[in-house]
Amino acid sequence: MTASSLRSPALSPHTSGKILNAWDRGTLLVAVLMLVPLLAILGLALGAGDGGLLDHLARHVLAGAIAETLVLATGVLGLALVIGIGTGWLVATYRFPGRTILAWTLILPFAIPTYISAYAYVELLDFFGPVQSAFRALFSLRLRSEYRFPEVRSLGGAIIVTALVLYPYIYIASRAAFTVQGASLMDAARGLGCSRLEAMRRVVLPAILPLLAAGATLVLLETLNDIGASQYLGVNTLTVAIYTTWLGKGNIGGAAQIALLTLSVVLGLLWLERWLRNNRRYTLSSRAYRPVTPPRLMGWKGLGACCLVALPVILGFVLPVSVLVRAGWRQLLLEGFKPELLLALRNTITVAALATAVILALAVLLALAKRFTRHDATRAAVGISGFGYAVPGTVLVIGLLPALGLFDRLLNDAVIGLGGSRVGLVLSGSIIAIVLAYTIRFLAIGLDQADSGLSALSRNTDFAAYTLGCPEPRLAWRILAPAIRPVMAGAAVLVFVDCLKELPATLLLRPLNFETLATHLYGHASRGSFEDGAIAALLIVAAGLLPLILMNRMMEAR
Amino acid sequence: MTNSLRSAATIATLLLSTSLALAQEVNLYTAREPALIKPVLDAFTKDTGIKVNVVFATNGLEERIQAEGANSPADLLLTVDVSKLAQAAEMGITQKLGSPALDAAVPAAYRDAGGQWYAATLRARVVYASKDRVKQETITYEELADPKWRGKVCIRDGQNPYNTALFAHMIARVGADKAETWLKGLRANLAKKPSGGDRDVAKDIASGQCDIGIANTYYFGLMSKGAPEQKAWTDAVKIILPAFAGGGTHVNVSGFAMAKNAPNPAQARRLAEWLVSDTAQSLYARQNYEHPVRSGIALDPVVTAFGELKPDPTPLAEIARNRKAASDMVDKVGFNAGPGT
Repeated sequence: MTASSLRSPALSPHTSGKILNAWDRGTLLVAVLMLVPLLAILGLALGAGDGGLLDHLARHVLAGAIAETLVLATGVLGLALVIGIGTGWLVATYRFPGRTILAWTLILPFAIPTYISAYAYVELLDFFGPVQSAFRALFSLRLRSEYRFPEVRSLGGAIIVTALVLYPYIYIASRAAFTVQGASLMDAARGLGCSRLEAMRRVVLPAILPLLAAGATLVLLETLNDIGASQYLGVNTLTVAIYTTWLGKGNIGGAAQIALLTLSVVLGLLWLERWLRNNRRYTLSSRAYRPVTPPRLMGWKGLGACCLVALPVILGFVLPVSVLVRAGWRQLLLEGFKPELLLALRNTITVAALATAVILALAVLLALAKRFTRHDATRAAVGISGFGYAVPGTVLVIGLLPALGLFDRLLNDAVIGLGGSRVGLVLSGSIIAIVLAYTIRFLAIGLDQADSGLSALSRNTDFAAYTLGCPEPRLAWRILAPAIRPVMAGAAVLVFVDCLKELPATLLLRPLNFETLATHLYGHASRGSFEDGAIAALLIVAAGLLPLILMNRMMEAR
Repeated sequence: MTNSLRSAATIATLLLSTSLALAQEVNLYTAREPALIKPVLDAFTKDTGIKVNVVFATNGLEERIQAEGANSPADLLLTVDVSKLAQAAEMGITQKLGSPALDAAVPAAYRDAGGQWYAATLRARVVYASKDRVKQETITYEELADPKWRGKVCIRDGQNPYNTALFAHMIARVGADKAETWLKGLRANLAKKPSGGDRDVAKDIASGQCDIGIANTYYFGLMSKGAPEQKAWTDAVKIILPAFAGGGTHVNVSGFAMAKNAPNPAQARRLAEWLVSDTAQSLYARQNYEHPVRSGIALDPVVTAFGELKPDPTPLAEIARNRKAASDMVDKVGFNAGPGT
């Protein structure tokens, strides 16, 4: 192991208090802003009273919902870890046929909204799909009752479908980690006499796993806040219970109470993540020793690696997209290309790009504040800024709506008070509202990446800078920010693609006559006719492809 | 003198009509899918010159109108499910439409007694049955819990509003206790855990996973006019219009209400009246295979083939009142856990 340095004891950084304070105050302000919808939800929950709801839920709903949620979450995480670590390791440490193409196509499943993937899988694997049809033709069967076939619309189906969409979070992190550290760790362990497997189990994986904590958290949170796929596949999670309580029982306060329960699960997860990260004893070197060329796998080994790595690409991307292409092609032949889709594409990209810029800027600033601060309050504020990600989109929006309305009311009152005339809604039903909602939802992704990027840089750098009299802003701007640029580029892509796919907040907050690809698609999907939205779904995937490919370029260059 | 008066009046009228022409817009918050209502709205704009601005979301529009408050641009709320309409009125985000034309067009059973909301279309929740394996041509909702259907019934998520409305209707008819026994029986008859949508009911019957299922009529219409493979699903299925024992078929509605702070109330009223006009009603009936709320509108042949719809006389408001109880009942009998538990 080269230049890995022990974490230094907290030297109190010499720095001007003023800058720090501005940073601290800014951080607290952002945290409060990000917490607005959650506070509104808390208000709803407290204001609702009970009315026997909790007793009812505890007796009939919660046990089942918690159990299904846990099975779903651990199943998805486990599968995503296996796929993400396996592929990341193979791609980073070996050369084999098809590696160059597979390296970037492995990220692609992330561009597909989970509920669309669920739909595509039902299309493929249900009775009338090509798989079962072929099976029946082969064995001259006629009815479903005459043979056994796994049911897609099931908890197992949901686990597989969701993991196939979310594993790229792990893959991206594990590939980077293996690229930077894997080879050198492996060499060191082998040099000390470990077998390859032993080296992997005892040295490489324990060193790599904490680096995957951020990605793993994102996988869990996205699994928890999913509603579309769960409902369609018949999985009764806590999130489904939130919706049922709100819509079925007309009890928004009760829904808020379950949302808080879900949030407490999430808090536990975030705490666990932090514990994992802080428990790391080493700051791994960012300037890693790396063999000039990774070893080439020859013959059947190379073919095997190629097949293994291709599998998640085929299952997670090629198959669902082929379903969409087929449906989209038929729609094109039937109705031609609808020009309003281009407008929707433009709207989608505009809002996603705006939100990505805001999120990245905030994420870097917050992560820097956390690094520099001497106040626990600031660190805590940074931690809670990302909570929005854990809340199902629609619930978040229900919390956000009253705040937007209040702002507009106060603004109008103020303008009228000053002798002006009513200005109407400024935030509510505006693009600003959508960008704000995206920021609250996806800040966690940027924050996680910025934080893990920064924490991979030894604090010795900072101390050296302090000693040389370099002030913090300059240290941040000249040294730290450039160092985490590759990580942030990756974060930008993840955030951007997540914004492209975002549905619930866009749907409910958008201005009149404002259509994005996701809302257009949903307009069809909610009638049950997913296939009519296939072209919009393909455009979402296409819009996500370019940045994903760019991100891969950067990872390769690193 | 009279001349100058007259010209003044003409000028005033002109001015007034110009300002009206400028304000010829109406803002529609809709939970009905854009593709579905577009033909109706286009026809409205063509006929009246009033532009319709639309925002669509399936849930949460009521909360949005409430949060927007006095500044809300919402004129008309178009939504599905009687509970939502009733709840919008309860939330205080609607106002009386006050249109004699609407009162005349929409039967009293399908509008709010206080004039806060009106139904536009009826949506019957019926039985899809296998043509091959189900011989009977009539059925009651009560009969669906009969053990003879053990392992043969398919249905979507029990908490879906389409289902809770049906279960609430059962509570309204036979009382909570009997309804619960019935729902337990229905659960025991399920072929598998509830999932998917109404279209999947037809697919599951065609594939032989179940013999009968519960779904809305118009999905059958949409599938039978859809892609070739969808037609194959409906070819294996027949529609039976069920009835409550001693009653009629369960229907839910799509409907509309005027937003409390509507900035364009006159245009909203015109759109509301248009939605129950002959043109719109027959467009609706042909576009989405729903039943028009007004009688005497020509139906699509697909819909006529279902047979004559005889809605149950239970007032919609009473169904809406039992909605929460129905949702609780679904939890209580563990409906969504499926048959085996």
